[in-house]
Amino acid sequence: MVAVRRYRLRSRVPMEPPSDPPPARPSPELRRSSGEFDRSTSDRSHPSRQPAPAQRVVELHEAVVVLGAFPALAGADLIVGRGEILLVEGPNGAGKSTLLRLCAGLLPVARGEARVLGCDLATRRAEVRAKVGLLGHANGLYSDLTVSQNVAFWGQTIGATPDEIAVALARMGLDGRLGDLPLERCSAGQRRRTALACLVARRAELWLLDEPHAGLDAAGRDELDAVLREAAASGATVMVASHEHERAGALATRVVRVIAGRIEESAT
Amino acid sequence: MSVQVNASPGGASVSRARVAWLVAAKDLRVEWRSRVLVNQVAPFAIIVLVLFAFALDNGGVVDDAGVGRPVTQFVAPGLLWLAVLFSLLIVVQRAFAVETSDGALDALRVAGVDPGGIFLGKAMAMAAHLLGLEVLLVAGLAVFYDASFGVTGAVLLVTTLVVATTGLAAIGTLYGGLTAGARSRDTLLPLLLLPVVAPTLIGATKASEAAFGTGGAALREGWPWVGLLAVIAAVFVAVGVVAFGPLIDD
Repeated sequence: MVAVRRYRLRSRVPMEPPSDPPPARPSPELRRSSGEFDRSTSDRSHPSRQPAPAQRVVELHEAVVVLGAFPALAGADLIVGRGEILLVEGPNGAGKSTLLRLCAGLLPVARGEARVLGCDLATRRAEVRAKVGLLGHANGLYSDLTVSQNVAFWGQTIGATPDEIAVALARMGLDGRLGDLPLERCSAGQRRRTALACLVARRAELWLLDEPHAGLDAAGRDELDAVLREAAASGATVMVASHEHERAGALATRVVRVIAGRIEESAT
Repeated sequence: MSVQVNASPGGASVSRARVAWLVAAKDLRVEWRSRVLVNQVAPFAIIVLVLFAFALDNGGVVDDAGVGRPVTQFVAPGLLWLAVLFSLLIVVQRAFAVETSDGALDALRVAGVDPGGIFLGKAMAMAAHLLGLEVLLVAGLAVFYDASFGVTGAVLLVTTLVVATTGLAAIGTLYGGLTAGARSRDTLLPLLLLPVVAPTLIGATKASEAAFGTGGAALREGWPWVGLLAVIAAVFVAVGVVAFGPLIDD
């Protein structure tokens, strides 16, 4: 029987008071106004519902990302505030993963404006990367190392202490004998947990997760949701691309849909 | 028990030397667990040496002192470095297959890990792998090619091995990173890498000939070649530290 432990996530830095809590379900249409990004018809159009500039973690305006000759994002508008959990929905090939990779500083902006954590992605992509944690379809792990060696390596690359690494392992239920298991002998779910533990150890300000529930069992999914809620509560911002509307929708504070490279607020 | 997650503004800064050490230690640990070098690369290198011996064992050559010697003794230094180059291709492909198989290189990029540190770490691990292999190959030369050297020759040979291997590891890491994202990387890597390592092959062979005394070569003739190898190594280490980031980015 697996004992599921609960931990309280705590921010390492004093957070600014949440003066502008993000609305739960703002609706459609984005509009640009006086150089700022505003929503004309949604809850966010009201000044009190719009994240203050200092609270904006992701700001995209008419952002275009071209993969080869194909515009994977074709004029995307989006504002995400600190502490939000944003669910990104959309059909296959719509540009969800591209959106996450853009926010991670992995893809250049061909046209438009894109700022993440205050850094202009046209000129300061490298700076963004140190503050962002991306979990894509691949786990980014080394199958010849053990679970704990993987988490230790990723934690150490950002200067995490052994205690912080141990806590990350424990948080995802990977302490004990499982930590000594070579990754090549782990199940897909255990690998996913390991990748999430690496993310916890990295203490990112912006979490970008592409289908994070894939491969996890029910307990693992609950544990992941708890981690993401606690991370958001401690000041991190979370963007989740998922097809699992029921699961990820319950977790999210806001939902957007990516359709043909454009982003629309979802009313559901 | 509380967990501290999130928000170290700007990300913690880890020095380039620390990153290099972490990456090198990780690569050596991966090799320790997978034993690819021991089980695949080393036997491959020895097979290359043996096949060359079969192919060239067809007579003798009279050296400058008028002494007849088997052909294999004359070509031994060159074959040593050819075997090293062939093995280098496998070592480089393996080093970057580890990074790309599950998206770890992407993860390193997005983690903002210093690319210069990644380059140095991977080059250090690769150099360690190659040096281990070269010790085995030198022993193989003694067995299959009857090659021998004195104490002063050993100093020159060891210096040559270290300096040439540093250059080869730097070049291998640079071109491994360049081709890591390419779909046809397995065929692209030899095509790009082998011409670039040609000067190292020439310099290392000449220096090794002096160390072995091949064809009556004097020891002092080897040191200028070691100097050339050191320049090549320094240039590619410097270029790698600067260029590795943009290379793996694009």
